[in-house]
Amino acid sequence: MKEKATVSDTRDLTRLTLSEARDGLAQKTFSAVELTDAFLSAIETANPALNAYVLATPEVAREQAAQSDKRLASGEAGALEGLPLGIKDLFATKGVRTTASSKILGEFKPAYESTVTSNLWNAGAIMLGKLNNDEFAMGSSNETSAFGPVINPWRRKGSKEKLVPGGSSGGSSAAVAADLCLAATATDTGGSIRQPAALTGTVGLKPTYGRCSRWGIVAFASSLDQAGPITKTVRDACIMLGAMAGYDKRDSTCVDRPVPDYEAALGRSIKGLKVGVPQEYRVEGMSQVAEALWQQGIDWMKDAGAKIKEISLPHTKYALPAYYIVAPAEASSNLARYDGVRYGARVPGNNLIEMYEATRAAGFGQEVKRRILIGTYVLSAGYYDAYYLKAQKVRTLIKRDFDAAWNDVDVILTPTTPNPAFAFGEKTGDPLAMYLEDIFTVTVNMAGLPGISVPAGLSSEGTPLGLQLIGKPFDEETLLNVGQIIEASAGKFAPEDRWWS
Amino acid sequence: MGRKKKTSEKTNLIPGATGDWEVVIGLEVHAQVNSKSKLFSGASTKFGGEPNSHVSLVDAAMPGMLPVINEECVAQAVRTGLGLQAKINLKSVFDRKNYFYADLPQGYQISQFKQPIVGEGEIEIDVDGETKTIGIERLHLEQDAGKSIHDQHPDYSYVDLNRSGVALMEIVSRPDMRSSREAQAYVTKLRMILRYLETCDGDMDKGNMRADVNVSVRKPGDPLSTRCEIKNVNSIRFIGQAIEAEARRQIDVVEDGGEVSQETRLFDPKTGETRSMRSKEEAHDYRYFPDPDLLPLEFTQEYVEELKRGLPELPDEKKKRFIKSFGLSDYDAGVLVAERASANYFEAVLSCLKNSKRDGKLAANWVINELFGRLNKENMGIEESPVSAEQLGGLVNLIGSDEISGKIGKDLFEIVWSEGGDPAEIVEQRGMKQVTDTGAIEKTVEEVMAANPDKVSMVKDKPSMIGWFVGQVMKASGGKANPKAVNEVLKKKLGIS
Repeated sequence: MKEKATVSDTRDLTRLTLSEARDGLAQKTFSAVELTDAFLSAIETANPALNAYVLATPEVAREQAAQSDKRLASGEAGALEGLPLGIKDLFATKGVRTTASSKILGEFKPAYESTVTSNLWNAGAIMLGKLNNDEFAMGSSNETSAFGPVINPWRRKGSKEKLVPGGSSGGSSAAVAADLCLAATATDTGGSIRQPAALTGTVGLKPTYGRCSRWGIVAFASSLDQAGPITKTVRDACIMLGAMAGYDKRDSTCVDRPVPDYEAALGRSIKGLKVGVPQEYRVEGMSQVAEALWQQGIDWMKDAGAKIKEISLPHTKYALPAYYIVAPAEASSNLARYDGVRYGARVPGNNLIEMYEATRAAGFGQEVKRRILIGTYVLSAGYYDAYYLKAQKVRTLIKRDFDAAWNDVDVILTPTTPNPAFAFGEKTGDPLAMYLEDIFTVTVNMAGLPGISVPAGLSSEGTPLGLQLIGKPFDEETLLNVGQIIEASAGKFAPEDRWWS
Repeated sequence: MGRKKKTSEKTNLIPGATGDWEVVIGLEVHAQVNSKSKLFSGASTKFGGEPNSHVSLVDAAMPGMLPVINEECVAQAVRTGLGLQAKINLKSVFDRKNYFYADLPQGYQISQFKQPIVGEGEIEIDVDGETKTIGIERLHLEQDAGKSIHDQHPDYSYVDLNRSGVALMEIVSRPDMRSSREAQAYVTKLRMILRYLETCDGDMDKGNMRADVNVSVRKPGDPLSTRCEIKNVNSIRFIGQAIEAEARRQIDVVEDGGEVSQETRLFDPKTGETRSMRSKEEAHDYRYFPDPDLLPLEFTQEYVEELKRGLPELPDEKKKRFIKSFGLSDYDAGVLVAERASANYFEAVLSCLKNSKRDGKLAANWVINELFGRLNKENMGIEESPVSAEQLGGLVNLIGSDEISGKIGKDLFEIVWSEGGDPAEIVEQRGMKQVTDTGAIEKTVEEVMAANPDKVSMVKDKPSMIGWFVGQVMKASGGKANPKAVNEVLKKKLGIS
C-alpha cells in the first residue's frame, strides 16, 4: 500500500513542467493519480486567494487519472497521458458547467464536448477544472468575469497590492504561473492568450486562424477567435498544440493540413534567419522596460546568428480601432442567442420583449453590454459602410502589410504588451486605456497569423514582461523554435514567494 | 426580347373613379429545398415529426455550435437556377440577418444578401393563349425559422424547432406582372419547374412553398409608385385574392386623396382583405453582415456543367417536343406536361406503342380524355391509376392498327379499368376484334340490302342515307365490323360514288 503523498512531495510535483511530468509518468516516478491529487490539493489551498478556477472537477480528474494509470501500465499511453490541465470556461465540457464566466449561461451544462478538449482527453489528458476568464472573453485584465477577478501570483517587489493576471485568459495564465495545473487551454481574439501570458511570466501561443477547431468554444468574434495553450515552457507549448490542433469538418474555417511534430522543430539553428522589427510598434506610452527588453531580444537574436531587419507595417495604427469595430460587430450577433428562451438564465417578463430585456440586462455585465451596443451600432443601416465595411478594408490592408513583410523576413519580433501587469481598477474606469493593452497583439488576429509570447525579463519592480514573435501562416514551428531561444537567453522567472500556497 | 408578346393591356386594367389603373406585381417565393437534412446541420427535414424531434445542437443554437453547408442544398439551388435559365454565381456569400424572435434560436437567420448563388433568369408564362416573359432577379439560399405556437397555453407560447434551419430558396421576380392571373400563372409555372427539377415538392399546404407578394398601382404609363408587401401567402388562390383586394384598397386610398404608405401587410382569407402588419418605421434593421463562421461558397463551372447534364427535360421543352413530334395541340401538350407525373405516364405509354409516330396523338387523346377524365371523376391521382401505361399503350396499339374500333376501345378500357388484364388478350378471348374481312362484310351488307328493298331504292336519291345502312351492318356484326370497310362495301353495292 502506498502512502498518501506528503505535503512536500505535492509541492514538488506541481512545480514540474508538462514535459517533466510526462517523463516522470513514463519513468513511473509517480502515478497519474498522485500527480492529479497534488494539483487538486494545490487548487484547494490556493484558489480562494487567486480565484483562477471557477469550478474544480476533482471527481472527473480522479476518474481520468485512474484510467490513465491503467493505460500507462499497459503501454497504451497517449501523448498527454495522465497530465492534469486547466480548461478555460469558454470550452464546452460535456456534463460540466460551462459559463464563459457570464451570469447569462447560469448553470449551463453542455451535452457535448468541444473539439479541442476532446482532442486533449483522447490524448490522455486530465481535467482539473474550469478556469476563470473575462466574461465572454471580453477584457484584458480578467476583471469582467461574473465570478470575480483573478489575482496575479506575481506582485511588485515589497508590495502586497493585487495585480491583474491579464485577460481574457486570466484564469489560465494565473493557474499556470501559480502551479495550479501543468498547462491550460486558452483562447485569443485580440491578445487574450499572449497578453495574460506576458503579465504572468508564462508562454502563450495563439496559433494560425484555422489551426484549432472552434467547434464547441463559446464564440466571441468568430473571424478572430482561436484556441491555444498557456504553458510554463516553450516545449510544453509544442506538446499542447500538437494535441489541440487538427482538422475538424464541423468548423468550416478549420484548415485541413497535417499537424507537425512541434517538439521536433526545437533546437534548430537560426543562423541566417531573418527577424523583422517593425518601426510602427515603437508607440507612445510604451514603458522604458518594454523598450529595453525589445532591444535585448534583438541582441539575443543577433547572438544566435539571426539577421535583424527593420520593417514597416504601415497600417498598424489603424489596427486597434478597426479591431474594436470588427470584434464587437461579430460579438453583437454571436451573443444574440443568449436570450433566455432555450438555456441558461431567464428573468421572466410580461411578454417576449420584456423577457429578453430583463434576461439580457441581468445576465450580461457592463463590458459585454458595451460591446454589444458598439457592435449593433456599427452594423446599423447608415453606419455599416462608415464603420464595419471600412474596418474590413483596414483588415485587408493589415494583411497586405504582413504579406509584404514576409518577402523580407521569416519572423517578426515585438514586445507583447507596452507595460507589465497593472493593479486592479487601474484601467477599469477608462475602457480606452484598457483597449490599448492589445495594441501589439490585435494585428496578429486581424491577419489570422500565429503569435507567441515568451517571458523575457522583469521590470524594475520585479514583474514579468514578454516578447512576442509573429510568424507566417501555419509556421508555428519557427515561432516555437525561436521562442525557445528567447526562453533560454532570458532564463527562468518565478514569483519571489509562493504567497498563495 | 423577340419572343416576348405583349398582353393586351386593356384586359388587365382595373377601372376606378378617376379612370383605369394598372397593378404592378413582384413576387418573392420561398421554396423549401428538397433535401434529407437541413442547410447547415445534419438534422432531418421530415415534415410532421413530434415537436422538437428534428433538432440538432446547431439548430438549437447551443453555445459554440457552428454551421456547415449541406452540399446537396447547394446542388439543388444550382439546378433550380439552371431550370430558370439563370446566371449561376460561382462565388456567393452567406450573410447574417439579425433579429430577435423566440423561434429564431441564433438571433439571426443565415441568408444571402449582397452575393446570391443565382443571378438573373426568366420564366415564360401563358395567359389567355399569350406568352409573356417574367424576369427573375435572383435566387438565394437561406434558413427557415422555427414555429411559434400560441394556442397551447393561456400565458405561454411554445416553440417547435423542427423547421429551424431547413433550407429555403428565395426566388425573387422582377415587378413584371400586371394582373393577379399573371401572378398566379407565374407561381404555377415556377412550381411546375421546381417539381420537374425535384428541387422543391411545391406542397403549399405544408408551407413548403409560400410567397411574399409586392403590389403597387399606377395610372398606365406612370412611373412605379409605393408598394406594399403581403407576407406569407400560402396558396395560388389566395395569391390571386390578395392581389385583387390589395390593388382595390390602394386604388381607393389614392382616389380618396390619400397616399399609399410602404408597409408589410397580411392577407386574411376569412375576410378576403389585407391588413397592416408593420409600417416602414417599425421595419427591422437587420444589420446584415457576412457570416464569419462560413467561408464564401465557391464552386467551378465544371461542377455546374455536371449538374446541367443531370437535369431532366423541363416542361417548356417537353411541350414543344410533344407538339412537334406528335402533332399535339398546344392545349393538349400543355395538359400533359402540367405535372411531371402526367408527362411521365404519357411518355411511358409512348414507349409501349408499336408506331408512336402514327399513334402518338391518339395516345394523347386517350390519356387526356379517357384516363384523366376517369381519374378526375374518381378523384384519383395519376399514381393511383388502375390502368398502367403499358395497358393503355396496348389498347392504343389495337385501335391504331384497326384491330378494334374506338367504340370497342372504350368498352375495353372499362374492362381493363375494373378487371385488369392484357388488352390484346382480352380482345382475343372475348371476340372483340373488328372484322376487316371484306367477304364477311359483303355478306352482311347483302343480307341487310335484301331485307330492306325500300331503303335501297331511297338511297339512290338521298346518298346520306348510307349512314342508316352503316348502322344496320355494324349492329348485325355486333359492332365488330370495321366501319371504314363497311362504308366502302356499301358505297360499291349501293352504287354511290
